[in-house]
Amino acid sequence: MIIDIFLSSYPLFLKATWLTVQLTAVALLLGCIVGLVIAFFRISDSKLLNYFAHVYITVIRGTPLIVQICILYFGLANMVTLSQFWAGAIALAVHNGAYIAEIFRGSIQSIDRGQMEASRSLGMSYPLAMRRIILPQAFRRAIPSLGNQFIIGLKDSSLVAYVGMQDLWGAGLGEAASNYKQLETYMVVGMYYLGLIMLFTYFVNRLEARLARGRTPKKQGKGLNVAA
Amino acid sequence: MIEVKQLVKSFGSLTVLKGVTLSVQEKEVVVLLGASGSGKSTLLRCLNFLEFYDDGEIWIGGEKIDPHKTNLNHFRENVGMVFQHFNLFPHKTVLENVIEAPVHVKGMKVAEAKELAYELLKKVNMHEKADVYPDMLSGGQKQRVAIARALAMKPKIMLFDEPTSALDPELVGEVLQVMKQLAKEGMTMIVVTHEMGFAREVADRAVFMHNGQILEQGPPSAFFENPQHERTKQFLGSIR
Repeated sequence: MIIDIFLSSYPLFLKATWLTVQLTAVALLLGCIVGLVIAFFRISDSKLLNYFAHVYITVIRGTPLIVQICILYFGLANMVTLSQFWAGAIALAVHNGAYIAEIFRGSIQSIDRGQMEASRSLGMSYPLAMRRIILPQAFRRAIPSLGNQFIIGLKDSSLVAYVGMQDLWGAGLGEAASNYKQLETYMVVGMYYLGLIMLFTYFVNRLEARLARGRTPKKQGKGLNVAA
Repeated sequence: MIEVKQLVKSFGSLTVLKGVTLSVQEKEVVVLLGASGSGKSTLLRCLNFLEFYDDGEIWIGGEKIDPHKTNLNHFRENVGMVFQHFNLFPHKTVLENVIEAPVHVKGMKVAEAKELAYELLKKVNMHEKADVYPDMLSGGQKQRVAIARALAMKPKIMLFDEPTSALDPELVGEVLQVMKQLAKEGMTMIVVTHEMGFAREVADRAVFMHNGQILEQGPPSAFFENPQHERTKQFLGSIR
């Protein structure tokens, strides 16, 4: 019975869930930093930075995450001392960073040009205008896509099991191999992931609602208000 | 106060300004008129370097502005700009919109900036909406806040780029009223507009642009009653 599997495995799986949460949190935080930097490279005037960002995004999006994890774990880890945790976290950060960069780029570029022009006409420098005016609006606009990417990132973190990490999926594989109840064990693991993601979605929705407070929905049919 | 000499500006193969020369005195109110595509907005945007011109010179206050040498951020503090689409910061309240630049560009204390902001918002009759977000305002209200926001930097020159063109007709008056008041107080103003009533009543000089050049200019009385060029007559006839 699935309930028996659940009861007998929860100490192991709770520990594994905690590792998955830590790994994902670190990876996505780093991924956001990488993503923001790459997004700025993409929109900068420098051809060199454009090119670098373009290559980065093309290569990372064009190769499977499992390949990237293995390359980092078996390759790079030989050159520098990387713990298993950090090898996994960096691989996930590099991978998610490419997608997050495109999300940030899109949301920054979706902010009306007039916002930057108004800021500059008030004497603000480009970095100040970016920080005070453009990015706060862009972040707000990025939240739905970012939330989506975070969910994908959380689920993709399961691939680190294949370099031996005892995350949720890693623990699940081990447990199933020892109790021979593959179906029930994998369903239990699935429920842990589902629970994590439902919890996360709840917080994203709350954040979105909170950021929207004090601002009415856009008026229909006018379309002139580019500041909105 | 402002000297524009032989300004040339192209976008790709399209030459928008073909050698524009214009001078504006201190406290003068100049309206730029012309059909769309005549280059009037581009000229205005060149004056605070939102566009970089290809050739020519701009002198302000007896000083030649070289965009590669002059600190443009510092320069722009002295040149306020009001946009057709207001461009208020939607994530900030009316008050925050007005104090943003004084606090973060000039380093003014927040309390001091708020005091200044209330004063300016009172002037444009928006002080009761200080804590409201821009989305809650009508177009005319937004534009009045935008004027207060520009004034908060205490500019020496104000540029208006079709400030009433995006407004419902019944809201145009309240914005023009504020601009009239500003003109009366002696602000140097360059206004791109289609409001002929405003041009006649408030402007010291009307400048008519056509095809990237200034075709004709003069005091509004003479300009409107007795235009010299055929194209000017046509233009004035078409909008009357």
